Amino acid sequence: LALAMSIFSEVPQAPPVAVFKLTADFREDSHPQKVNLGVGAYRTDDSQPWVLPVVKKVERLIVEDSSLNHEYLPILGLPEFRSAASKVALGEDSAAIKDNRVGGVQALGGTGALRIGAEFLRRWYNGVNNTATPVYVSAPTWENHNAVFADAGFKDIRPYHYWDAAKRGLDLSGFLDDLEKAPEHSIFVLHACAHNPTGTDPSQDEWKKIAEIMKRRNLFVFFDSAYQGFASGSLEKDAWAIRFFVSEGFELLVAQSFSKNFGLYNERVGNLTVVARDNENLTRILSQMEKIVRTTWSNPPSQGARIVGKTLNCPELFAEWKDNVKTMADRVLLMRDQLKAKLQALGTPGTWDHITQQIGMFSFTGLNPKQVEFMIKEKHVYLMASGRINMCGLTTKNIDYVAQSIHEAVTKVQ
Amino acid sequence: TSLSHSRRVLNKGEILWKCCAISWWGGVQMGPPDPILGVTEAFKRDTNPKKMNLGVGAYRDDQGKPYVLNCVRKAEAVIAEKKLDKEYLPIGGLGEFAKACAQLALGADNEVLKSGRNITVQTISGTGSLRIGANFLSRFHGGPRDVYLPKPSWGNHTPIFRDAGMQLKAYRYYDPSTCGFDFKGALEDISKIPEQSVIVLHACAHNPTGVDPRPEQWKEISDLVKKRNLLVFFDMAYQGFASGDIDRDAWAVRHFIEQGHNIVLSQSFAKNMGLYGERVGGFTVVCKDAEEAKRVESQLKILIRPIYSNPPMNGARIATTILNTPELRAMWLEEVHGMANRIIKMREQLVAGLKKEGSSHNWQHVIDQIGMFCFTGLKPEQVERLTKEFSVYMTKDGRISMAGVSSGNVGYLAHGIHAVTK
Repeated sequence: LALAMSIFSEVPQAPPVAVFKLTADFREDSHPQKVNLGVGAYRTDDSQPWVLPVVKKVERLIVEDSSLNHEYLPILGLPEFRSAASKVALGEDSAAIKDNRVGGVQALGGTGALRIGAEFLRRWYNGVNNTATPVYVSAPTWENHNAVFADAGFKDIRPYHYWDAAKRGLDLSGFLDDLEKAPEHSIFVLHACAHNPTGTDPSQDEWKKIAEIMKRRNLFVFFDSAYQGFASGSLEKDAWAIRFFVSEGFELLVAQSFSKNFGLYNERVGNLTVVARDNENLTRILSQMEKIVRTTWSNPPSQGARIVGKTLNCPELFAEWKDNVKTMADRVLLMRDQLKAKLQALGTPGTWDHITQQIGMFSFTGLNPKQVEFMIKEKHVYLMASGRINMCGLTTKNIDYVAQSIHEAVTKVQ
Repeated sequence: TSLSHSRRVLNKGEILWKCCAISWWGGVQMGPPDPILGVTEAFKRDTNPKKMNLGVGAYRDDQGKPYVLNCVRKAEAVIAEKKLDKEYLPIGGLGEFAKACAQLALGADNEVLKSGRNITVQTISGTGSLRIGANFLSRFHGGPRDVYLPKPSWGNHTPIFRDAGMQLKAYRYYDPSTCGFDFKGALEDISKIPEQSVIVLHACAHNPTGVDPRPEQWKEISDLVKKRNLLVFFDMAYQGFASGDIDRDAWAVRHFIEQGHNIVLSQSFAKNMGLYGERVGGFTVVCKDAEEAKRVESQLKILIRPIYSNPPMNGARIATTILNTPELRAMWLEEVHGMANRIIKMREQLVAGLKKEGSSHNWQHVIDQIGMFCFTGLKPEQVERLTKEFSVYMTKDGRISMAGVSSGNVGYLAHGIHAVTK
């Protein structure tokens, strides 16, 4: 006796999220030489996921600690995780932390941190509930940025020039021009390092130019930091931009993810670092963050935060972690070197310097959609339509095949 | 804080930001403390050795300690042995979890499951489930924006639906004169709800009152809701925890489905598996058919992805292991039964204690109510006295979490309640 008319009969089928569809297609492919260069997760040289040795160690410690239970965390999360996470971003001797004007909101991965930050900005930034404040995201950017800010209520999300396809590098003049022309108080989402998907980061001098304009024009800084440590192998180096902006006096937000640098993808460990003018402002801000968190997930999951908190707060474990991170970063750097060398050896048309100039997990190969289609359909090498490849998908075992495939794509398909 | 800088040389950054006139956040108001979680925080600050925390609904054993279920510990050991990786879950979460979760709520042989006309996704416990549901309704429900909550309801329901863009209304539920169910008032109000509005029903162990409809009352509510063509949103946070029997506690949900309501349902495993901080929950939409379920699923993913991308593994893995391993499932059912029984015993002891104190009031409702919470009937002034004079912490509405009551402190509680009500 079902009720006559379904209320959901008009619900349209939504398109699948591209990056996950790619992996799904890859899984179904039975070709023996298939390679997955899609979703951004680290792989070992045997194409296996890697649970960091330090994570295994800390998980054992947690299991053996019978004093631990599964009680609710506070709304803003595990205190020792939050403070340690913010410290990782801002540095041991951060003046802002010493001034007690830095706070953290534990969140469900980097996505969760971005969303809480976006919700907060929509409610409280540039007026109250000002959904018209422009939000600028890089062209291109991580495909979920748009939806995060749109679903948080922002009505005006715009691209800023970033990737120069012709020269395969940063379009600095376009970027700076957009900063000069953006309405005052616009929000800019900046990738702290290892830009996703291009792997192209501003140099320190370029960051200084960006900061100068942003300060002069009262633009809001929202850093997305998903790869600290993973990009160069050095936590400090990868946090340089964030720390520079903080030292320049910006009040800003940093959405941190520990998915990649801790390999804790499925435990959803993130932190929204808030750098405020002073402690009084920080207190009010955090009280409003609590309200947002309470209607989104009430309080965050405990397992991942415990692992990261324990690791960051113990000197030996912290050192071991940095070592594990360097292992991952080094393997990626090796694959970059090798891919470029092989393409050059094959005489593949075009320049391939960008492969080693770019940094982090991803490389924007410059392959066009037709060439990408060729790679997937003919060669069973899976990459995003944008030409983005995950360097972690490359191994010493498959790199020849991939280089050869790219060579064919470039020479056969226009 | 800025005065403390005056004695040393300011660095360039400090000079620059001191010169910047205004902070971005001058207009940010101080948010009020969360009424429920705020109680625990006040409790922590109290130094009275006899203090009692009857605020937040987390189960405590008879020593007043958090209780990690044995089946949970065993499941964790099993999982640790497997040496699983940490790869991202799908947006909708662990598939096996979603399946087991739906089976638990609906019963394994439910026609809905057989025909595949439900979509169930893993969520961030009950709150996350409610929010996903609210967001989904806000985006896709063609009916009125109004969500009807029982009066009273869990405090967080209102801001969740509001933040999702829905509007809140209420139907009568609790009768303060009887500390019981206002059945007549509920039916009257429900009969006036405009067609296609959303009505929230607590599946069992109503929060905050502990007052549940009886089966024959549920039947009438179902008939009326069907007549009014309302969209039913069940919130089931206490399956197993209410009566001690998971099937009994899911009876209302199953009855409504059987009667043809295509419900939406939120489930939490925070209480019944003690997995509070692991954030384990499920959201289900019962659709017309499998094809519709696929469309709905695709849209749920589009909603979820910009909130947190995909849910956490740990708790879902534990819950799935328990539900799908026969001996662990049996162990779990026993432990849930044990938790519910201890609560029931505390209710009885509290009433006995009040009688012993010489209270002349009728405290039968303490025994009639079910689940973790008890709506004592205490007025705000009485609650305030109970907190100030006896260090008994509870929410202003007179709600106490029975889980915070133990054989060691039930006498003290009876004494305090009697003192403020005599």
